[in-house]
Amino acid sequence: MKVKILLNGTMREAEISSDQLLIDFVRDHGCYSVKRGCETSNCGLCTVFVDDKPVLSCSMLTARVDGCKVDTLEGLQEEAKEFGAFVADQGAEQCGFCNPGMIMNAIAMFRENPEPTREEIKAYLAGNLCRCSGYEGQLRAMEAFIEYRKKGERS
Amino acid sequence: MKAVGQPIRKKDAMALVTGKPVFMDDLAPKDCLIVKVLRSPHANAIVKSVKTDVAKRVPGIEDVYTWEDVPQERFTTAGQTYPEFSPYDRLILDRHVRYVGDPVAIVAGENEACVDKALKMLKVEYEVLPAVLDFHMAKDGDVLVHPEDNWKALCKVGADNKRNLCASDSTEDGDVDAVLADCDEVVEGTYHVRAAQQAMMETFRTTCFMDAYGRLNILSSTQIVYHVRRIISNALGIPKSRIRVSKPRIGGGFGAKQSVVAELFPAFVTWKTGKASKMIFTREESQIASSPRHEMEVHVRLGASREGKIRAIDVYTLSNTGAYGDHGPTTVGLSGHKSIPLYSSAEAHRFAYDVVYTNHMAAGAYRGYGATQGIFAVESAVNEMAQRLHMDPVEIRLKNMVREGDVMPAYYGETAKSCALDRCLERTAELIGWKDKYPYKDMGNGKVRSVGIAMAMQGSGISGVDVGSATIKMNDDGFYTLMIAAADMGTGCDTILAQMAAECLDCPVGNIEVLGADTDSSPYDSGSYASSTTYVTGKAVEKACQKLIARILEIASGMLDAPVEELEFASDRVEWPKARKSVSLIDIGTKSMCGNGCALEATESNSSPTSPPPFMAGAVEIELDKETGHVEILDYKAVVDCGTVVNPNLARVQTEGGLVQGIGMTLYENIQYNDKGTMLNNSFMQYKIPSRRDMGNIQVEFESSFEPTGPFGAKSIGEIVINTPAPALAHAIANATGIWFKELPITSEQIAMGVFEKEDIK
Repeated sequence: MKVKILLNGTMREAEISSDQLLIDFVRDHGCYSVKRGCETSNCGLCTVFVDDKPVLSCSMLTARVDGCKVDTLEGLQEEAKEFGAFVADQGAEQCGFCNPGMIMNAIAMFRENPEPTREEIKAYLAGNLCRCSGYEGQLRAMEAFIEYRKKGERS
Repeated sequence: MKAVGQPIRKKDAMALVTGKPVFMDDLAPKDCLIVKVLRSPHANAIVKSVKTDVAKRVPGIEDVYTWEDVPQERFTTAGQTYPEFSPYDRLILDRHVRYVGDPVAIVAGENEACVDKALKMLKVEYEVLPAVLDFHMAKDGDVLVHPEDNWKALCKVGADNKRNLCASDSTEDGDVDAVLADCDEVVEGTYHVRAAQQAMMETFRTTCFMDAYGRLNILSSTQIVYHVRRIISNALGIPKSRIRVSKPRIGGGFGAKQSVVAELFPAFVTWKTGKASKMIFTREESQIASSPRHEMEVHVRLGASREGKIRAIDVYTLSNTGAYGDHGPTTVGLSGHKSIPLYSSAEAHRFAYDVVYTNHMAAGAYRGYGATQGIFAVESAVNEMAQRLHMDPVEIRLKNMVREGDVMPAYYGETAKSCALDRCLERTAELIGWKDKYPYKDMGNGKVRSVGIAMAMQGSGISGVDVGSATIKMNDDGFYTLMIAAADMGTGCDTILAQMAAECLDCPVGNIEVLGADTDSSPYDSGSYASSTTYVTGKAVEKACQKLIARILEIASGMLDAPVEELEFASDRVEWPKARKSVSLIDIGTKSMCGNGCALEATESNSSPTSPPPFMAGAVEIELDKETGHVEILDYKAVVDCGTVVNPNLARVQTEGGLVQGIGMTLYENIQYNDKGTMLNNSFMQYKIPSRRDMGNIQVEFESSFEPTGPFGAKSIGEIVINTPAPALAHAIANATGIWFKELPITSEQIAMGVFEKEDIK
């Protein structure tokens, strides 16, 4: 079947199989930041935005996003760099495999709620698993990022 | 120090946080063959026949391979220094399948859809055999997991395949039975740790292709490029010279990738077909057919005087290596060697073990490597002893623990040259508020708040075995390239080794570019495991830098026409103080490329006769709901002595990550099999690892000692950090409920039922 998808700002028309998952579509189109961690929608690694809402691309058929706008970290490089630098400054990126999904969801969170509390962060990102960091460093990064945005400068 | 001890950003950090294509599946050739395997549904069976003709006719299928197509020389997939302690008990495909998940056939095709279709078309006839599913019944049992005659053990580890024994040994120092008989109090218990999965976010994966020289190139998510080369050479029966192994960024390792797991199959396919291929394990495959922790039952007898002097420790470990012996003979050793020495002043100790084959998935090298299991047992016993003697658990430890300068008889007689364990424990107790909170506080609403504490140790590399090497070269413009075969698996060794080089060469860390790991271009390194990289390879970096400085001085001496012994290396130039002359590194670099016969490059290897232990203490405060058994972690405090902290950010995050992994293993990461030997926890739906709502608040501090044999005084940190949560949590749960749980995971259900039964008896 044919689909038309606005992927990271570029209109993509593609012939796809009807059972194709969105994660395979975006990776086939060079969006390698999108990772597969579990296949059972438990880990959050494959998070992309569909019409600006975070979804798990391993559990979404490409056919369902026909006519939609899809964004991956490749299309959000400036935001990724700005926030990611805070993760890097904690050493909390570690292996980095879960980072794109976590950062996508963090970007979504900050758009919805610019100053989340610690508990709100934990709740919003509960579906983004990380096996290396123990999460604490990611939290420090987010708190530092919130401070930076409040003050407009890095502490 | 300018570079060592600084919280420097990881060199690859920005590529990782912006999602750059740096992992194996991002880099694999786009048109490569997809490789998958058919896995046995039986725990023990002989493959009578595999009908492959229909599968081979599926459009797009390249080929299908069975046991008849592979070499028949056995090998081990454990990544260890040759001769490996792990027995040679594997084939790429074996006619005898030994666990549910053991590969039966390899299918290669041009896309996933055709490979999946072909897998369904394979018709296999099995002769199903009785299986050994209870590891208590394995030794000298009726069913042999490895009856074959071409099984072999390269080292004397007490292995005997005709007894289902992968290893067996017993050592004793002093008369344990006599001392125990003379003790005022003896705590005895059997502590069971299951085969917890490593669950790194990136599953096992490898891509292979042939290069211009007709050599097999293997790009794999591995911690051990050199061991992979040997193992693939053994498995395929081809010379090592025909193989090149390298690694991209690795999506987590923890030891899982210290075994060859995915590599065998695409390597075989590419070698046979000449075509590029890749294999990506699904999460289910990673759960059921990989390299988890060794299930162990550790039996402890701990004897003490009325005054709380620990007098004797007797440890017997029964370890379940599963269907194959990967890391079986070595992991078990740590269950005693890295638990008993925490109390080095005991009069007598004994450590004995059996490692048995069963028809479960084989185990591997998971962070802690047996020490985790042993420390859960011994530390739990010490906590129970404190309770019996009405002593504070902190006090009994301060009275008995190993201290700097002590000889550790149960740790190969090594001396603890650097040890801040006493400071770690006291600070941990202070951070958690031990004096006020121990043992518990009833909140009056069915909930109890309680605390628990434990200590831990590990090693820094394998003494007398591990080899770390570094090549450092100076380029034009005066920047350096550091080449290593230690594997950065996210932990940051590329960066911390660059920090050490920058410290030696008195330059910014940004002047050191790092390349690794590649068997063709990196100097030999055993690989990143056994908490070795900082300590073993770090020292090699230090040595290589000293050697390079000598070469820089040599070229400068020619340029300045000065005696080399009068020259001084000074960061970005070489000075000749006597003549008040100097020459810049940039000019030296340029000179090295024109009319020069002295290579501006140095390689050094390092191996250590000792393995100095890092030490730590951890304490937890929980809130336990007596009705539901739910344990909420409020605070976890940990203080670590890893010698000099090379990068405080990375050391802290490693500690936090290890603690959370340990919390998961203690409270809910469960491995359950049905009566056919099929694992039930085969996805993240059933195998729950901690999320960010499960870890409470973690606080980590460092109490540094200085290890004289380490680079800049450093020891290791990678593994020790997973060792305190199990005993500390079991202790807190005991303080809240009065029940000593000795089996992991301690699930809410078990706690609730335990409390219910106890109150019922009342």
